Amino acid sequence: METNNSTLIQTPSQTVGPYFAYGLTPEQYSYNFKSLVGNCILNQDSDANLITIKGKIFDGENNPIPDAMIELWQNDGMNKFFGRFGTGTDTENHYFFQTIKPQSVDGQAPYITLIVFMRGQLIHSYTRVYFSDEEVLNEQDLVLISVPSNRRNTIIAQKKEGI
Amino acid sequence: MCDFIENSFDIEVQPPRLYAEYTSTILRAPSKPLIILKKSLTEKTGPLFEDFNLGILDHDLTKNAIQDAEPIGERIVVHGKVMNEKGQPMPHTLIEIWQANAAGRYVHKVDQHNAPLDPNFLGAGRCITDSEGNYRFYTIKPGAYPWGNHPNAWRPNHIHFSLFGNEISSRLVTQMYFPGDPLLAYDPIYQAVKAKGRELLISKFDLEVTEPNFALGYRFDIVLRGHHATPFENR
Repeated sequence: METNNSTLIQTPSQTVGPYFAYGLTPEQYSYNFKSLVGNCILNQDSDANLITIKGKIFDGENNPIPDAMIELWQNDGMNKFFGRFGTGTDTENHYFFQTIKPQSVDGQAPYITLIVFMRGQLIHSYTRVYFSDEEVLNEQDLVLISVPSNRRNTIIAQKKEGI
Repeated sequence: MCDFIENSFDIEVQPPRLYAEYTSTILRAPSKPLIILKKSLTEKTGPLFEDFNLGILDHDLTKNAIQDAEPIGERIVVHGKVMNEKGQPMPHTLIEIWQANAAGRYVHKVDQHNAPLDPNFLGAGRCITDSEGNYRFYTIKPGAYPWGNHPNAWRPNHIHFSLFGNEISSRLVTQMYFPGDPLLAYDPIYQAVKAKGRELLISKFDLEVTEPNFALGYRFDIVLRGHHATPFENR
């Protein structure tokens, strides 16, 4: 929608395609090019309570996808972390990030943003990861409440020991 | 999956998420309606350029993977300006590119196209826009290559681009094409884009940046989603 004369047209999105690995996640896939970013928090201080976020990306027939790229961004005003990981280097096509759990901001339930890119997506997908051990804040969170109840659990990560 | 009230994808310009002629979208596009969100602190911020430590040859794909000789193919200069939707420059933002070599072969291990690899060419690079939002890469013009989407399908010559802007809701991954490529008319990835946006994906030949006796120049300006007058203060 053009609201004034100076509005430019957005450059259209195109798929990341199947061959992003040597450009965007080279070290993870053993290419001889330095990765700018990885999937483990870099400046971990000794007090940090590290968590691992682990999962799979599924297609519409519930097959795990071996060539997706996932970016993680979190910012709770105290700590910021950006991470990137591709699927397909783990035999079960997991992705995982080692990070710290963000704090609640303005009473919202804490969450992390994930951006998913893959062949077959002309536009990348944004989603959020909430935490199963934040029941009180989750129940009051306006964004979570706006998600149809039968889909709400798809964005709440289940806490497990020993991952 | 969600999209944002501000910085949303313009449906009059952008490709649809599901475009059956590009067959991989059938099982991989979100099938449920997106949740439309007001941006919170997280979506109003993003990684900053100083978070990344670039190498001195990262922007020069003709040199950054040399083993013992120059890469084969037509040297080109690709440059342009990154702006927001108001036309304001986006300085200090990361651009990453990757592409096939001159023969249409990707270094990627999954690419089995029967065309030669070039031992002196990786096909990956990156740079940060300057204070005016400008960027410049040196590379080799990529070749066309076949893919399995439909019988006798060939991708037009293209370079993949990944950009951040100043917040994650302006994130863009796209592809730059070349003027006059006859394959564009048959390419479902390009054709998925609405008519209003297609021209923006085609670089323009640029004699002014063409370097005499060295390399042809192409200009590719990029408009990221968003209207912020100045970069959001995210430190």
